[in-house]
Amino acid sequence: MIPRDRTPTQQRSGKTGVYTPARFRTRRSLALMVRHVLLVAVAIAFLVPFYWMTISALKDNSQIFARPLQWWPQPVRWDNLLRALHYPGFPFLRFLWNSLLYAGCVSLGTVLSCAAVGYGFARLHFPGRDLLFAITVSTMLIPGIVIFIPTFVLFKYLGLLGTYAPLIVPACLGNAFFIFLLRQFFLGLPQELCDAARVDGAGELRIFWQIMLPLVRPALLVAALLSFIWTWHEFFGPLIYLSDRSQYPLSLGLFAFRAQHTTEWSLLMAAATLATLPLIVLFFCMQRTFLEGITLTGIKG
Amino acid sequence: MAATRVRQARRGAARRREARAGLLFVLPWLLSLLLFTAYPVLTTLYLSFTDYNIVQPPRWLGLQNYRTMFTADPAFWTSVGNSAYYALLAVPLGLAGALGLALLLNARTQGLGVYRTLIALPVLVPPVASTMVFIVMFDPDNGLINALLQAVGLPTVGWLTDPTWAKPALILLSLWGLGASVLIFLAGLQDIPQALLDAAAIDGAGAWQRFRHVTLPLLTPVILFNLVMGVISSFHIFTQALVVGGTTGKPLESTLMFMVHIYRTAFRYFAMGQAAALAVVLFLVVLVVTLVIFRSAPVWVHYEGREGNNR
Repeated sequence: MIPRDRTPTQQRSGKTGVYTPARFRTRRSLALMVRHVLLVAVAIAFLVPFYWMTISALKDNSQIFARPLQWWPQPVRWDNLLRALHYPGFPFLRFLWNSLLYAGCVSLGTVLSCAAVGYGFARLHFPGRDLLFAITVSTMLIPGIVIFIPTFVLFKYLGLLGTYAPLIVPACLGNAFFIFLLRQFFLGLPQELCDAARVDGAGELRIFWQIMLPLVRPALLVAALLSFIWTWHEFFGPLIYLSDRSQYPLSLGLFAFRAQHTTEWSLLMAAATLATLPLIVLFFCMQRTFLEGITLTGIKG
Repeated sequence: MAATRVRQARRGAARRREARAGLLFVLPWLLSLLLFTAYPVLTTLYLSFTDYNIVQPPRWLGLQNYRTMFTADPAFWTSVGNSAYYALLAVPLGLAGALGLALLLNARTQGLGVYRTLIALPVLVPPVASTMVFIVMFDPDNGLINALLQAVGLPTVGWLTDPTWAKPALILLSLWGLGASVLIFLAGLQDIPQALLDAAAIDGAGAWQRFRHVTLPLLTPVILFNLVMGVISSFHIFTQALVVGGTTGKPLESTLMFMVHIYRTAFRYFAMGQAAALAVVLFLVVLVVTLVIFRSAPVWVHYEGREGNNR
């Protein structure tokens, strides 16, 4: 309790030594008030698009652009959500399922491969390791499009266009950013643990799987969560690789829906809400892990 | 003697075993580097010197694609201009906005957790969805934004339907998602030792002086990180621009970003050689700009030693 209290007290006494206490206190409370007004304004500005998306999703289509502005849907069209889920030709329920599978597979594959690779880079010595790692980090500068053009041709000749293979298989072989992230975490584990296990005759795979992996679980969760969110957002890959509409993930489904039904605004907003909601639920479920992990990366990176 | 030799041999064997295990662990990534990095990069470079439409084999053209790009492709310059405009405004505004918000949030604010969550939430919205919400909100005739502007007596503009205002609207959209940089700045701010700020306050430094001479220098490594990330991501803007303007960059090519131009060249016109040349140019630009930023770092980035009392 005492050490936690120290910083603010010190600061306060330090400042009151300089300013006259009374004048300082009014200035300080004024500054605090301004700060709070600003913060509330920013918070409202950041929330307005969410509010507008949600109420537009529940409005009748004729009300979306009605004047004066409709701050609240009248009547509330709950059925918009159901209609979007089963819209003829645009089965958003199906798109939702595709997105879940796509993001789930990529996230799982990424975490497994990047954990193994990151562990190899962090804890095992082999010739050329540091060079290979330097190359790995520098590949993050390569624009995706440079990779996409030849891989598109490659997958075309493999007959895999119109499938999820080009979207999932490369991701399951690793990702430079997450390899970097997880390597940092493995570097922070005590060497004695490995040595002790080796003396006890444990193989490298067992040391990795049973001893090291459980110790970096928060980092694995962060990697899984970020990878899931980024894959859920992914638009370019599905756009060039998928052709059959029943395979579309939500992002691409939304895009195609708007291209064809240019005036169905409330259903479009309902579908946009549908594409956002799962991530928000996920975020609130994992918020603590998420913030803990971010703090950890801040310290180690 | 014999015992040491045995021990050495054993150690050598252990090292070899570890090397083999290490290679096995990184094997998937090694495959990926070869198959999905090295091979595509080299192929793109090769294709950029050819005429290639996927169906027929590539035909060698030498530098023709590059010549076409710079001299005979007006869309190239339009898209470069659009992307540069976007990056030059979105990156500094994003940095300043994120830093400002992080500073507002930093000092033991009540309800910090709530604000932090609110500012991070837009990062979760898929770009296609957020762009569509902005299209609805920024509708020139009956959208929320113009109605609010009108209500406070400000002039209204055509936003995403007006060639002059489409890019500013896209930049506003990008600012809505600056939460990630705010979180990174917040982490950086929390690493600044309170003792330094206190010492400056005791010496009579005001809030601005403390920010200018203590906080800002100590934050420059984080600014460098956010700057590089911001520049790279703004050069790659694609989804939002495609949703707003399609492959023609409506209105009037004002949202025809460089990535949109590459996309349509490659996957609409299937001029893979030309697209590869464009991609190579993008790669070089990203590389040069990143290098310049890193080269400039010693001038303005302040690296504090771990113990850190050298200034």
